[in-house]
Amino acid sequence: MTELATTAQARELHRKFCEDVLGMPGGEKIKICQQCGTCTGSCPTSHLMDWGPREIIAAFRAGMIDRVVKSNTIWLCTSCYYCTVRCPAGIKITDLMYELKRMAIKYDLVPKESKNPAMTKYFVESVHKHGRNHEVELMTKYMLAKDWAMPLRYWQVGLKLFTTGRLPLSAKNTRGRDELDKISAYLEAQEAKTQ
Amino acid sequence: MPDEKIAVYFCHCGSNIAGKVDVDKVTAWAAEQPNVVVAREYKYMCSDPGQDLIKDDIEKLGVDRVVVAACSPTMHEPTFRKAASDAGLNPYLLQMANVREHCSWVTEDKDEATEKAKRILNAQIHRLPFNEALDPIEVPVNPAVMVVGGGIAGIEAALKLSATGKKVYLVEKQPSIGGHMAMFDKTFPTLDCAACILTPKMSAAGKDPNIELLAYSEVEEIDGYVGNFKVKVRRKARYVNTDTCTGCGACQDACVVRKVPSEFDQGLGKRSAIYIPFPQAVPLRATIDPVNCLTLKGKKCKQPCTTACGPQAIDFDQQDEVLDLEVGAIVMATGFELWDPTPETRYSYGQLDNVITSLEFERISNASGPTGGHIVCKNGEPPKSVAILHCVGSRDENFQEHCSRVCCMYSLKFSHLIKEHLPETDVYECYIDMRAYGKGYEEFYKRLMEEGVHFIRGRAAEVSSVALTPEEEGRLIVKVEDTLLGIVRRVPADMVILSSGLAPAKDAKSVAQTFGFGCSANGFYLERHPKLEPVSTVTDGIFIAGCCQFPKDIPDTVAQAGAAAAGALALVDNATVKVEPTISYIDPEKCCGCHICVGLCPHAAIQCNEEKGVAEVIEAACKGCGVCVAACGSNVPQQRGYLDQQIFAEIEGAMAV
Amino acid sequence: MRYLYYPGCSAEATGKAYDISTRALMEKLGVELVELDDWNCCGATSYFSVRELDSFAIAARNLAIAQQMGDDELLVICNACYTTLAKANRYMAEDPKVFAAVQGALGAVGRTYDGKVKVRHIMDILINDIGLEEIGRHVTRRLTGLRVAPYYGCQFSRPMGAFDDVQMPTTMDRLFETTGADVITDFDAKTDCCGGMMMLTREDAALRLCHELLVAARQGGADVIVAACPLCEINLEAYQPRVNKAYGTDFNIPVMYFTQLAGLAMGVDPKQLGIDKQVVSCDPVLAAIPA
Repeated sequence: MTELATTAQARELHRKFCEDVLGMPGGEKIKICQQCGTCTGSCPTSHLMDWGPREIIAAFRAGMIDRVVKSNTIWLCTSCYYCTVRCPAGIKITDLMYELKRMAIKYDLVPKESKNPAMTKYFVESVHKHGRNHEVELMTKYMLAKDWAMPLRYWQVGLKLFTTGRLPLSAKNTRGRDELDKISAYLEAQEAKTQ
Repeated sequence: MPDEKIAVYFCHCGSNIAGKVDVDKVTAWAAEQPNVVVAREYKYMCSDPGQDLIKDDIEKLGVDRVVVAACSPTMHEPTFRKAASDAGLNPYLLQMANVREHCSWVTEDKDEATEKAKRILNAQIHRLPFNEALDPIEVPVNPAVMVVGGGIAGIEAALKLSATGKKVYLVEKQPSIGGHMAMFDKTFPTLDCAACILTPKMSAAGKDPNIELLAYSEVEEIDGYVGNFKVKVRRKARYVNTDTCTGCGACQDACVVRKVPSEFDQGLGKRSAIYIPFPQAVPLRATIDPVNCLTLKGKKCKQPCTTACGPQAIDFDQQDEVLDLEVGAIVMATGFELWDPTPETRYSYGQLDNVITSLEFERISNASGPTGGHIVCKNGEPPKSVAILHCVGSRDENFQEHCSRVCCMYSLKFSHLIKEHLPETDVYECYIDMRAYGKGYEEFYKRLMEEGVHFIRGRAAEVSSVALTPEEEGRLIVKVEDTLLGIVRRVPADMVILSSGLAPAKDAKSVAQTFGFGCSANGFYLERHPKLEPVSTVTDGIFIAGCCQFPKDIPDTVAQAGAAAAGALALVDNATVKVEPTISYIDPEKCCGCHICVGLCPHAAIQCNEEKGVAEVIEAACKGCGVCVAACGSNVPQQRGYLDQQIFAEIEGAMAV
Repeated sequence: MRYLYYPGCSAEATGKAYDISTRALMEKLGVELVELDDWNCCGATSYFSVRELDSFAIAARNLAIAQQMGDDELLVICNACYTTLAKANRYMAEDPKVFAAVQGALGAVGRTYDGKVKVRHIMDILINDIGLEEIGRHVTRRLTGLRVAPYYGCQFSRPMGAFDDVQMPTTMDRLFETTGADVITDFDAKTDCCGGMMMLTREDAALRLCHELLVAARQGGADVIVAACPLCEINLEAYQPRVNKAYGTDFNIPVMYFTQLAGLAMGVDPKQLGIDKQVVSCDPVLAAIPA
């Protein structure tokens, strides 16, 4: 992860984040957050977060982007949408979390310890390779990269699942899977044009 | 035509107009227009010196037509027309050109604003030669006032009006007056007993010789205009003769239908089919509810109520009575409804026991309520822990956006009552902000902090029955982020009180429509001006007071009621009121008597004169809406002040620039 | 009745039983399912975390295929697939930039989509298209006395609430009431999150959430928990032993896809419903159902 060395760098990052977040549909609503705490109170994983969603919004508004990206918050979001449907200001908090995830990846600000980013990366790779998510392949790749201890924890579950046919070693591919690469290439080219 | 002398005044309105419109340029341009003898610009035309400019030119230059280019006529047309009138010019020979709300305030482009200002002004310059002198119509004013709604607001307004000797009709749709205040236990911040301070006023209103109390009645129809309203009021049948009934209550004890959920007790207590809503009811008379009474439903009943009734006041054949009343002014004081928290499913209201609303708690803590004033859960046991959740349905984009103003204070009141009744019970208040703005309110908040209430700054996320530890079993768990500590807490409670917000009455929109005024976006009645005219409406003669205008506490309600009474009084204390003469006129020489306009008039202000074979306008009823003018195939009706020639001249003037 | 059917990636692996039981259930109800031709992964939560427009586009590819196959509705079984596909539609409808980008991207692979295919959750179709009355007619084995915990999961009705309440939905309750089961109607945790993919990346988070769900189910006296999402089902069921290990509990509550239990109530052979694929044995449930 790139370290946020200088204040100028942090400010520039804040500007970019603001532009992106406030530019999302409904993004402006962050300005009217009442800091009521309903989101953090509803969040299934807030107890594990460095800062709950409410504090992330407060930090964002205060310009403390480093706090936002260095925390594990966004990577612990399960996108259960409780916060979104309960927020009295109508802030689309889950979408905000997604946006922050994407920006963290884009600017290489993913905390080293966090495992979720790796999972999402391999997921996307699997989808592009097969057209579908091959669960066994995904889990194997992830395990080799991030979590060698996984088989020790899950061998019993894994065995049961395997013997009941729920973990096929090979799986069907989408015939038109190369379309997905083409789609991504097209969108990347479009984005490059607007930079 | 050629000898009209038009004076043009262009107001800067500080920088409101001058900031966008090139005032000098337009004024100079105006001076050269036909018939204009003088064109001036000034910073604030509505001020005394500004008005003096108009008066001087009328007196000294013989100006006989005036146009003031300034703000909206709704702001200052009366001001300038009065200035003209003071100088001896008929006020209807003065027009305003709205170059602010219609021009400088709706564009950022200065060139565009200047161009449009010229057009708006020129329209009036062309129109004015066709203006005719008109005299306001003076109509007699009926000195009686109707107050719709018998809660504290309505009662207060009625008493104030009665004190001046005016006749007041107090119309209330429930069987008794008193409204929501009668349901409360204590009131904040003084902790006065609500009934103790209300019942003397209720009693006074009931006995007052000037107040005709029409309880269990509703307004069905209204027609007319300021000073002359005709209102149809339906007195619903109580099936009890109110002249002979003494309110002894023997009937309700005798009644066989005993399990009707009591509306007054918020459904927590039961009443009989024949009932007196609460012991201090005014009027203290029984009422039979036709939905639950066996006899009225056509079923067999021995009618023990009739047997028990000493004065033999029960009359199953009683009919509704429709009264036709005439009043000069109306005060609307129809109050609020408590927001129903059922849609807020995460609080499980209606799903889990002991999750109750604020009004339900009022009835529980009230000594004359269903639990005799004992604060107990559904199982009859006192709660060991109570959580009070603020902002239920309020400040919430999903439900009601507005803050309900009183909930923080009544929540504090509840905390105090619980602590008073049950000193060992833990009380938690989950709040976002503590709004304690009134006289004695902040001090009351401090008092509650001293009483050891646990304040958690955080809006409760959910109320659940899932127990994760043995201590949580059988209890309600309030999950809330304590934002000041940054910790999510699980608060175990035996009772959860939802401090639900105040909502407009469900029929507020249709009632407002019936009476001829409107509602704000949040559904409450719309006042004429949010700052300066909080108790008037856009319809002259109709006033509003209390929570029907917006949630407020009792002191503000009483103050508004007094203000509304004063407004109504200012109207009805005069023998006549002037109404605008800009009404329709049908030339009998030209009318062919097809009578199309008669049916189209929304105010029933045109009648057929069969003798002459023409249609005639009832001047007093005509509101100058212009429907007849537009509808007539022969172009006969003309609206004074808005003659066809005037309108076409405006169009020409606007396009001629 | 005939519907285009989108099984989703899990349907061929960990969620196989959901696919099998859905097909069996629909066959029993006389509804034809035609699998969407050459469908691709919807992208779920993971793809959206990495790229925004791409995720809409790849989701929309499926919808474009549906349109090409001549249909304007797509039946989806997995909560996550349902929310992801429906989200693509919503963003396309609300944001012209998204619409244009997706159109362009699909155009680059010779496809077109106008945003008009309705994504329907299987529960929506069961309750609103087929109807409880019709379903009731097919119930041959009433689940009398079987205490069912209806676990909807977090993405069943959130965020859009298109066919049921966002916090306290009732369609699954009503479905099982029709089968005669004793539904735990005050199952407060019914839309609480199971942790989803976190079971692999942050086991502690997911196990805690599953523990709370199992506690809630036990508190309600559940004989069986029914789920509508492969992730929910596997977390609560396959990892139930892990919950026991972490919390020292002894849960042994059968967890099934709701289509499996509904199928049983309609007399479908357990083998045709993939009942043998469960990690926590469903024998108690099978025993409770009259022959």
